[in-house]
Amino acid sequence: MDLPLGGVCKAGESRKLETGKWRSFRPVVDKAKCIKCGRCAEFCPDSCMEIKEDGAEVNLYYCKGCLICMRECPVDAITKEVEEK
Amino acid sequence: MTIQTEVKELHAPGHRACPGCGCAIAVKLILRETGPNTIVVSPTGCLETFTSPFRGSSWEVPWIHSLFENAPAIATGVLAGLNSKGNVDGTKVVAIGGDGGTYDIGMGALSGMFERKDDILYICYDNEAYMNTGIQGSSATPLGAGTTTTPVVGDSFGKMVSKKDLLAIALAHDVPYVGTASIANPADLKKKVRKGMDNPGPAFILMLSPCNLGWGFEPEDTVELARKAISTGLFPIVEFENGRLVSAQKIKPVPVEEYLKPQKRYQHLYKKENFNEVLKAIQEKADRNIEKYDLAKDRN
Repeated sequence: MDLPLGGVCKAGESRKLETGKWRSFRPVVDKAKCIKCGRCAEFCPDSCMEIKEDGAEVNLYYCKGCLICMRECPVDAITKEVEEK
Repeated sequence: MTIQTEVKELHAPGHRACPGCGCAIAVKLILRETGPNTIVVSPTGCLETFTSPFRGSSWEVPWIHSLFENAPAIATGVLAGLNSKGNVDGTKVVAIGGDGGTYDIGMGALSGMFERKDDILYICYDNEAYMNTGIQGSSATPLGAGTTTTPVVGDSFGKMVSKKDLLAIALAHDVPYVGTASIANPADLKKKVRKGMDNPGPAFILMLSPCNLGWGFEPEDTVELARKAISTGLFPIVEFENGRLVSAQKIKPVPVEEYLKPQKRYQHLYKKENFNEVLKAIQEKADRNIEKYDLAKDRN
């Protein structure tokens, strides 16, 4: 690891850490069902959900697979799949 | 490896919180409301640990951690520093600590901060034990909950005494703004953070933060449990201004069983008949809250 001068830490350096590797389940959004209410984005502890034009999209780089989004979705548009590595 | 920069949160993703962490949800929501012109102070705890590994800070606002016991004193110092320079930008100081750093170890410093009437918003995310070091009981651990230091063995039923009433302690210091909030209601949480920041003088917000590792439930149920804590009456959502109750969220009370049963730390209460007394005491606590704050919706 290349150390910065003086051991300085920069703000938001955690963004480079790929917490998606921890996942054992992957949330899958059915965009036809998604009503873009944004509840999943509000409750995601890892800020993985982005509401796009056609529905919610999961940022799998960070998603740890807690599935709060699936549980909180009011129209059951999110399901889980076993993550295969 | 690409660095993902497009996520617009001041609490950056990639932090080391467990999947489904209630505290991580809370901090994200809090920083959305405080905005970038804020300095955050944290005592030791889960939050400090998961947001600040070397070369993995997830803070995008200035943040300082010193010790377990002195976050409120550090916050006072930060504020004094700002004020001595005139604080022309109106930077706010917010302290965010867990129940260990607030209820137990930082209690003295917190009391001092309240007494001095420093203009600081203190937010306690209460996960009801020392989760980061391995689920040791704190004075925030509720009656009957099993932790590693309040074990369930033979006739012992977990924590033998009830939780410290921190809200009453804050009120006893004449803190001008005191409230409870929940991750289950982000709009209300953000509203209270705003009020606490705008209020001159100290403000205190207590927030129940379910921990799937320490309480023993599926990560996906974090928000649902926070909701159940409210609807049973065990965690009333209330707000005090200058010592007067100004709002209380109405509920349709459900039995405490709906909150307790999904959690492993309470399982033993349903396995032995002589633990029924404990269950009864927990229900009574909920009923007392409902009566005290008049939480029940009128039936009509």
